[in-house]
Parts: sequence; C-alpha cells; structure tokens
Amino acid sequence: MRGFGRNRALTCREVVELVTDYMEGALSAKQSARFEQHLAFCDPCIEYLGQIRTTVALVQQLAPAPVDQEIKDKLLELYRTWQQPPP
Amino acid sequence: MAVSTDLELVDRLRAGDEQAFAELVERYQARLVGLARQFVSNPEAAQDAVQDTWLAVLRGVDRFEGRAPLRAWLFQVCVNRARSHAAKERRLVPVGSGEPAVDPARFGPDARWATPPQHWVELADDRLEAAAAMDRVRAAIERLPQSQQLVVTLRDVEGLTSQEVCEVLSVSEANQRVLLHRGRSAVRRALGDRLGR
Repeated sequence: MRGFGRNRALTCREVVELVTDYMEGALSAKQSARFEQHLAFCDPCIEYLGQIRTTVALVQQLAPAPVDQEIKDKLLELYRTWQQPPP
Repeated sequence: MAVSTDLELVDRLRAGDEQAFAELVERYQARLVGLARQFVSNPEAAQDAVQDTWLAVLRGVDRFEGRAPLRAWLFQVCVNRARSHAAKERRLVPVGSGEPAVDPARFGPDARWATPPQHWVELADDRLEAAAAMDRVRAAIERLPQSQQLVVTLRDVEGLTSQEVCEVLSVSEANQRVLLHRGRSAVRRALGDRLGR
C-alpha cells in the first residue's frame, strides 16, 4: 500500500488515494479492513466514495456518436469485395 | 425488433450475412475510431486503422471463440493496428507521477478533510442537470492524458473487465489501476465544479 503507515489509522487524504484499489478489490484483507474502519467513523469520506461511484455510473452512461452514412457505405463496399471469391 | 447480441451478429457474419456486418459497423465504428485516435495524430490514419480492423475481423471471424466479449477482441485488434499505423509516432505515455486525486488544499495539517465533500444533487430527478453533467463527463474524459483516457473509456464506457483492458493495452494490472484511479478522480473533480465540490 504505497508507503502508507502500517498500523495507525488511515487519514482522509490516504483514503481518497485508495478508493480505486478498494473498489477494484485490490487491497489485501488487512488493508481493506483498515479502509472500512476509517469509513465507519468518517462521513466525509463516505460522501467522497459516493461521489466516485456516481462519477463511474455517469461515465457508464456515455453513448457513442452515430456513424456517417458515407463511412458505412465504404465499409459495406469493403465487405462485398471481401465476400467475392478470388478470380 | 429485438437488438441482436454481438455473438448473434458474429454467427450471422460467419454465415455470410451482410446485414450483420452493417450492424457491427453501426455499433462499433465510432468507438473504434475514438480508440484509434488515441494513437495516431490525424483522423485519416485513424480511419485507416479502423478499416484494417474490420478486415482483420472478416479474416478472423471464423477463429473467434467468444471466450472474451467481441468488443475486447475488436478493441485489441484496433489498438494493434493503430499502433502500427502510428509507427512510433506516439507511444502510450508512461504512468508518471500524476497529480493527487483531491486538491491537497482541501485537507488540514492532520490530513483530514478541511473542506469536506458535499452531497451531490440527485440527477435522476433533474433531466437538465443530468444532461449538463453528461457534457461535463464527456469533456473531462477528452481532457485526460491519453493512457488515462484509454483506460477510463475501455473500463467504464465500454465495460471491459480490468483483465481485458490489460490485454487490450498491454499494461499491468497495477498500472491499469493507477490510470483508472487518476482518470476517475479527474472526472470527479470536473463534475464537482457543477454538482458540488
């Protein structure tokens, strides 16, 4: 856990840097327990975790842009060329 | 009409169904171009890389086993093609030192919150606010450094697993996590300007 003291309680500043490791399940059981111990007594950090979760949920809703007809036609042309048996 | 799954489209493509190819193009073309643009500097080269990707798909579709999702395979082929098109023009930038997830000025000398996070407004109840938030998210992702943008896009927009992202981009699990962390933290900061710090 990148230089964070082993036995003392985590600080808020450390918690915000460990959020992703925690969400990814990349912390050891012991590290994870320390993380949750901090959350149990720190409402602002719970709020922060909520903001990160909302952020991820919003990113997950991004929709890709529609495709130009011209490009679609070009690729279909490619497909048809591909489908043709070699002479 | 029910939307076909990727695997259904692959089956139809194997059977020589042109419409299946058209549907795959509809579904993935823009996403592949966006991905390729991360590696090459001009739009034409990105289009070329994506065209190569489709050719590779047509050539390889019979061998596709479906163990990983189709999009993981597509993205991996696309990244490889784009990289060879880039021909050392640009490389995936290293992880680097990066900035902290939260402005250090928000913490007191004891490393506890001095200006604590605010509760964000409920977006589900406010369509205008939700649309504005989505614009912020899009812009924030576009501003991310290349490697963070790739990881956030593949993980959170495309929904690949961490293992799939590591394979597509040839990065380690640890690097992938660091990039994801920096990217998500930056998007959160951008949203915080709108939804509450």
